[in-house]
Amino acid sequence: MSVANIRVAETPLVLYALRRADDALILGHRLSEWCGHAPMLEEDMALSNIALDLIGQARELYTYAAKAEGMENDEDKLAYLRDVRQYRNLLLVEQPNGDFAQTLVRQFLYSSFADLYWRAMMASRDTTLAAIAAKSEKESAYHLRHASEWIIRLGDGTDESHARAQGAIDHLWAFTGEMFAVDDGERALIHAGIAIDPATLRGRWLTTLSDITREATLTLPQNDWMQQGGRSGRHSEHLGHLLSELQSMQRTFPGLTW
Amino acid sequence: MVTAVDDNAALRQRAWEAAASVVDPEIPVLSIADLGVLRDVILDGDHVEVAITPTYSGCPAMNMIALEIEVALERAGFRHPRVRTVLSPAWTTDWMSQEGREKLRAYGIAPPQASRSRRALFGEQVVACPQCGSDKTELLSEFGSTSCKALWRCQTCREPFDYFKCH
Repeated sequence: MSVANIRVAETPLVLYALRRADDALILGHRLSEWCGHAPMLEEDMALSNIALDLIGQARELYTYAAKAEGMENDEDKLAYLRDVRQYRNLLLVEQPNGDFAQTLVRQFLYSSFADLYWRAMMASRDTTLAAIAAKSEKESAYHLRHASEWIIRLGDGTDESHARAQGAIDHLWAFTGEMFAVDDGERALIHAGIAIDPATLRGRWLTTLSDITREATLTLPQNDWMQQGGRSGRHSEHLGHLLSELQSMQRTFPGLTW
Repeated sequence: MVTAVDDNAALRQRAWEAAASVVDPEIPVLSIADLGVLRDVILDGDHVEVAITPTYSGCPAMNMIALEIEVALERAGFRHPRVRTVLSPAWTTDWMSQEGREKLRAYGIAPPQASRSRRALFGEQVVACPQCGSDKTELLSEFGSTSCKALWRCQTCREPFDYFKCH
């Protein structure tokens, strides 16, 4: 790794946009790892399409974060020249793909939240965030439908698919609490009408989860101990490996363009 | 008598037509005006700025479209044209012109339904086959060859077809 990390002036607004951009980029990258490996052609296209939507959302959010920061940074520098500790994504999205069930459960847990989150963010007083939300909301609705259908198919499928889907839910459950956590900086943005309070979405999120898992004959874990750290840069061991692949070209050939 | 205002209007019209001649690289029967992607053409002196709105967040055709607009304007005699991306209001398939929908159907792609039916998409959707017009069709894959399309099949004529998803 021969290129220095950039410095980011993390004002509350920059950090807010960066956190959502990182969620979208890291999950998009994870899904892109399925390209050419999915169990069937339709799913290969679906996961790659969803990855493309997420990376598109990330680009808009990074561009906005760079503009809000007002320094020399741009979308590429923010994506390629920050190290693990500078990434602010949810721990959930960096978890490895595992098997197909684990990928789809991760997708289900995230998109059921993202669908509600972006719809609520359309009312943001920040016109750029509201505009990004209006695009992302439409895409998230498709992502949620895709994931929900698979959760039902896997849960209510064979003993094997049921066991794998249930195992994935039990394994990933502790990473969901972070979606609803806010810090002081975000609380100020919520008061200013720029951000929304994710805690207000939790009830509806749980209803979606309960409805789908019931149909899928799966059960939601009862334990409420939640793992946190991603939003402040404390990540699981998996993110470093992901970034080493995602950033290798720019780190090896600085400033390389198509 | 030709006034400066007329000149400007004529010049802007010429710039609009040049920009509107650019087609979607993935669906070459549709111009960016048909799609509703072309939002505005602003003339400042003899400099022209074109505002476009992205369709899907990650659609790779947008970069190509921006480049082709610049080329089309340069070819029409406008120097150093600029393309600006506007995010708000967010693009919707409701902006696709009636003419555009007909062109799509003739090309073999089922045009998008009205977006108010989008949430209802969690239930049933009826998409008519662009080949034979039958309503007896089935969804094969929610995601298709590009971000904007899903893959369907007609149960009457047995032909598979693309459906331009409503957005």
